[in-house]
This record gives sequence, C-alpha cells and structure tokens, in this order.
Amino acid sequence: MPILIKGGKVVDPGRFVGVGDVLIDQGKVLAVGPNLQAPAGSTMIEAKDRLVLPGFVDLHVHFREPGFEYKETIQSGSAAAVAGGFTTVCCMPNTNPVNDNQAVTEFILERSRIAGLANVWPVGAITKGSEGKELAEIGDLRRSGCVAISDDGRPVMNSLVMRRAMEYALAFDLTVVDHCEDLHLAEGGCMNEGLVSTELGLPGIPSAAEDVMVARNLSLSELTGARLHLAHISTAGSVRMVREAKARGIKVTAEACPHHFTLTEEVVRGYNTHAKMNPPLRTWDDVRAIKEGLRDGTIDVIATDHAPHATQEKQQDFTEAPFGIVGLETALSLTLGLVEEGVMSLEQAVEKLTSSPAAAFGLKKGTLAVGADADVTIVDQQAEWVVDPGKFRSKSRNTPFVGWKVKGRVLTTIVGGRVVFQAGPLES
Amino acid sequence: MSLKRKDLLSLASLSVDEIALILETADSFKEVTGREIKKVPALRGKTVVNLFFEPSTRTRTSFELAAKRLSADVINFSPSSSSVVKGETLLDTARNIEAMQADIIVLRHSSAGAAETLARGVKSSVINAGDGWHEHPTQALLDLYTIRGRGMGFRGLRVAIVGDVAHSRVARSNIYALTKLGAEVRLVGPPTMMPWGVEKLGVKVYSDMDEGLRGVNVIMMLRLQLERQGRALFPTIREYARLYGLTAERVKLADTGAIVMHPGPINRGVEIAPDVADSLSSVILDQVANGVAVRMGILYLMSEAG
Repeated sequence: MPILIKGGKVVDPGRFVGVGDVLIDQGKVLAVGPNLQAPAGSTMIEAKDRLVLPGFVDLHVHFREPGFEYKETIQSGSAAAVAGGFTTVCCMPNTNPVNDNQAVTEFILERSRIAGLANVWPVGAITKGSEGKELAEIGDLRRSGCVAISDDGRPVMNSLVMRRAMEYALAFDLTVVDHCEDLHLAEGGCMNEGLVSTELGLPGIPSAAEDVMVARNLSLSELTGARLHLAHISTAGSVRMVREAKARGIKVTAEACPHHFTLTEEVVRGYNTHAKMNPPLRTWDDVRAIKEGLRDGTIDVIATDHAPHATQEKQQDFTEAPFGIVGLETALSLTLGLVEEGVMSLEQAVEKLTSSPAAAFGLKKGTLAVGADADVTIVDQQAEWVVDPGKFRSKSRNTPFVGWKVKGRVLTTIVGGRVVFQAGPLES
Repeated sequence: MSLKRKDLLSLASLSVDEIALILETADSFKEVTGREIKKVPALRGKTVVNLFFEPSTRTRTSFELAAKRLSADVINFSPSSSSVVKGETLLDTARNIEAMQADIIVLRHSSAGAAETLARGVKSSVINAGDGWHEHPTQALLDLYTIRGRGMGFRGLRVAIVGDVAHSRVARSNIYALTKLGAEVRLVGPPTMMPWGVEKLGVKVYSDMDEGLRGVNVIMMLRLQLERQGRALFPTIREYARLYGLTAERVKLADTGAIVMHPGPINRGVEIAPDVADSLSSVILDQVANGVAVRMGILYLMSEAG
C-alpha cells in the first residue's frame, strides 16, 4: 500500500532540502517533491512541521546475539534501533561464538528477518575468533552478507596481520574497521588517563593508546590502498591525524559517538560505571576537537557504539564493570544538540546519520533518491523529553544520560515501506 | 561533637575540622590502650564486620583489636577471590552481611571506588580500609597522628613521600590530608611511578631523591611492590634500592630531628636500609601502635554518627 508523507521538511543530504512530500510504494521511494498526488488507496502521514529524513544508518552496534542474549537480542536491539530512528544497523562480531564464519552471519541475518524491524547487517571478524592471528574467511563472510570487517573490542595488534587483512579485503571491496587501541598502552586501564584518574586512583588509558593505532592504520591504508574506517575516535590527536590523512588522499572515514562529543572524564567521578566505556570519555580539549572534526568533515559518521550490559554487571565496582553504554535511543537528540549549539547545520547532522555512514561501508542506504529502499524517519525536532531508561526498548538500561532533558524525538520509522515504529504521546 | 557522616571513605572528602576531631578523639583512646585493662564499653552491642577482599594482616588486626577494645562484636569476613563467584557483585556480598545487622563494615578491596560504591548501597556505616590505588584514609590518619605525637605542627611541615606514588593509596590519602593541613608535600620517585598530572594536587615532584629529601621534617617511605618488576616501572630492585632506597647518609640530608615513616610491611634493604628502619628517627612501630588508637577513635565516632 502506498504511503504519502505530506508537507514535511525533507532533508535528503546533497539531494533535496525543503518542504515537500515523499511518496513510497512497494518498499521503494517513488517520488519526492512538492504537492505530490496521493494514488488511490494510499495512506497519508501528515508531516507538517516535522523533519522527514532518510532512515538512519548506525555503523556500530552490539546486539549480543548469539551468546549474550541477557544483555540484548537482535529483536530487542532492533526495537531500540527503530525507536531511535535507525533503519539499518551494523552489528559487531564480538558475540559468542564470534561472527567469523558464514554460519553465524546467516544466523544473525535470519534473526533480523524474524524480528522484522531494522535491517541488521553483520560486520564480520577480521581474524578467526578475533584473536588477531589468522585471517577469518573474509570472502565467505562477504558472500553470506557481512558488510564490513572488524575485530572490534579486540583490535588487531599485529601490524602484519592488519596489513594482510587490508590487502585481502580489497578483493571484496570491503571496508576494514578498526577500534584503535594499543592494548599494551591501555593495559588494565578503565578510564581516561588524566587528572581525574590520578585523583580517583583508577588505572588510566592514555590518549596515546588510541593515537598510535590511528597512525598505524593510516600508514597501512596508505600502503595497501584499502578502505579504512576508524571506529569511535575520541582524541584530539586522532582528529588531527585523520584530517591530515584525508588531505593527502588516504581512503579513510571516521566515526564519533554522541557520548564522546557530549561528556568528559569528569562524569566518572563517584565511580559512575555508566561513564565507563572504551574508548573512555576524554577531556574538554578532545570534545572540542571532535566537534571541530564533525564540523569540518574530518569525522564523517555519527555512530552509537550501542553496547548493552545488564544492570548487575554495571553494579559491580568500577574496575570490574564492563565497558559500554546503550546509545540507539538517545543518539538523535544528542546529535540535534550539536545543531542547536551551532556546531553543524541540520543537513550536516542528517548526513552523518544517513548518507555518510552508508558511503563508508558502500551500502545502498541513507537516501531518499527515487528508487531507493523506503527507509524513512520522521522527527519532531522541537519536542522535549526526559531520558528515562525504564522506557527504553533495549533490554539494557546502561546510559549516563538518565534524567537529561533533551530535544528532538522520533515520531515514525519506516523500513522497506512498512511503518515499524510509531511514537506514543509525549508524557508531560 | 561528632562526625556528621555515615561513612569514612577518603581524606579528599574530609574537612580540616573533621581531621582534627578524629585526632583528638584518638588521644583519649590512646590513653585507654596504655591501661592495664585495655577495654571500654563504648561499642558494646554493636557489630563490626571486617570485610577484606584483599589479604591484609596488619590493617585487619589493627581494626579487630580496636573494635574489641571498644567491646564491639567483631566478625572477620575474608572472601578469597576464588570463593566470590564471578559476577556476584560486591553489593550482594555486603547486603548479606548487612542483613545480619552489621553496624559498621570495614572494607578492603582491590578496586578503587569499592568503598564508595558499597557505601551508596548499604545502610551500615562503611570505613574504607584501602581501595585499590585510591585511598587508605585510616593509614593517613594514623600517620598524621604519629607526626602530631612528635610535637610537629602541620602548617609549613615539609614531608617527602618516596616511592611508587602512582600505585599507592597510602600516598594519595596522605597527599590529600597533608596539603589540606598546609604542609609542603614532596613526591620522590622515578617518573614511571608518578601518576599523570600529580603536581596539580599541590605537590612538588622530584626524581632525584637527595634533592627531594633536603631539609624535610618527615620522610615517608612507600613499600616497593616487588612483583611490579618487569612491568617496566623500574629495571631492577638493585637499581631501585640505589636510587630510591633510604640510607643513613640520605637521612642526614633531611632536617635534624626528621622522622622516618613507613606504612609496612617493609622490604629491608630495598626501599629502606635495615639500620634506618631500626634507628631512633624511625617511628614505624609508633605508627602501628597509634593505628589501634586512631581506629578506636574512628569506630567510636562512626558509631556515634550512625
């Protein structure tokens, strides 16, 4: 059944920005423009004063299935995704078993199909078991549906293995993603190394642990010609190096997470385990650099690194508690916060949630071009709400933003021409 | 007067007045520990649980003795790391203990912040008996008490803390306390053992021990964690002892009448030469003796506050 989204402010980065209608049918975008005629039998969605955007693409989520279903399942993760406006999410391979083979990839895709909400597209492992030693069956992973490769969370320390992975990935036009962390420099660390870690007596992770691996990866990308994507960069040094590398024509894209452009290490005080993530929250200088990187295009992508953990895991003492926070249901509001602040234009912000991430992995997503998959997110940019983890669709509640008053709310999410999320009325 | 707080977690959070109150209270209990019958009924009917997740003889015994001399019932609970089921939270363990009506929980834990996390989750008073590299407030308080007992005032007092400051909770607690009280604090050790940006806490850092000791009134030695060799903090124990070991010659660089302190247990011949440890300037055993009186004072104040 066709859907006509009427009279919204359409922001389709690089293509169309303005008031108009979006007509979708048979799972595809049929037309975008002013005063479109609704075909017989179509459903109309009134979108006056709303933003009508391509469905968001998140290159970095952890859906924990298989292996850690008590934290999140593909079903619950997908529900969180569409509630946050994300219509395509790429799930990292650090499940149990690790997604280093066709069977796990197919299992994830099957679960995603059953959930029937967002497109959940797997990222395959770079090495077998993500152990950093031997290459996984990358060709098989690609053929069975992986959209990129990464050993996220267990970065490949051996530079020769990384070089070979990059070379091999060229054969399949796959983007190589790295969580940049020198595990020796970071060893035992659980927050940023700085004055706060000194005061709290917590083992620190220096910025250099990220920076040296960013430098290595850029060199290897230059050597091999591989397409490199840097996950969740958090330091001023990373931003500086990526900017310089891009100027020299290295094929690199970079992502930043909302928490890294919103919070600093100060939030850890009181041993707040909801402020524990990897890479850790850094300093205001780093936050400023990340924002500048987003503004000038050095950072292409906003990704959540949605990392659910059970309440009892985050209730452990700080050093024992696992790294990571959930992010799918707060990402849009925090991103719009940067628009409000004047860091980015609305179009830039939408681009970093849609067309840019799609381009980084070569996905045919993140656009409202005629013929594109009908993935659409409708947003009330002005709606204010208070973050209440109890209302999250995610199975987990681990967010440092509890109680934050934020602005911008997803009203409707459409995936493949089907309405998969409809917000309830806003409680006052 | 009493402490207006449920817990004693850190010296960073104590005011100068609260520190003074604890030291004064310790005075009256010091007198008790000198009597033939070393027991008062102040905590009769109260239960103190020593919850030690890390091995410790000295601190646990000191707390146990302090509690017993106050007539409290004392339980020692030392879950070995293997018996604490992985995934069981510290809070779960503590709530079990609390359910047995513990009035005060004395916690030693290998993770920084463990005492603060626990204090938020239980109604019992929590005393931090050392959390990771963070703080060891009762140790610093007994150090202050010992310095004060030698007739030294804190304002303008020059104190050198020597050794692995980065991994030392004793150092952090003393830095917070001494700077608050107006002392000049010097940290001495190789840069590998200094935490990031520690000067910002109002201390001076010296990598040359002789320079750092010049003219100080108090030399506070830290225990070298021998197992840290090979972690690239220092090359060999031999070299460490030569560069940062306290010898009789080095003591001479300090002010005349300077005292030598050590939280124990000492590595004789490593961070401290045997003759220095046993010399007249050493107050190491006074620290141990004072530890009981100071902990009696703290237990008493906490039970009053609770």
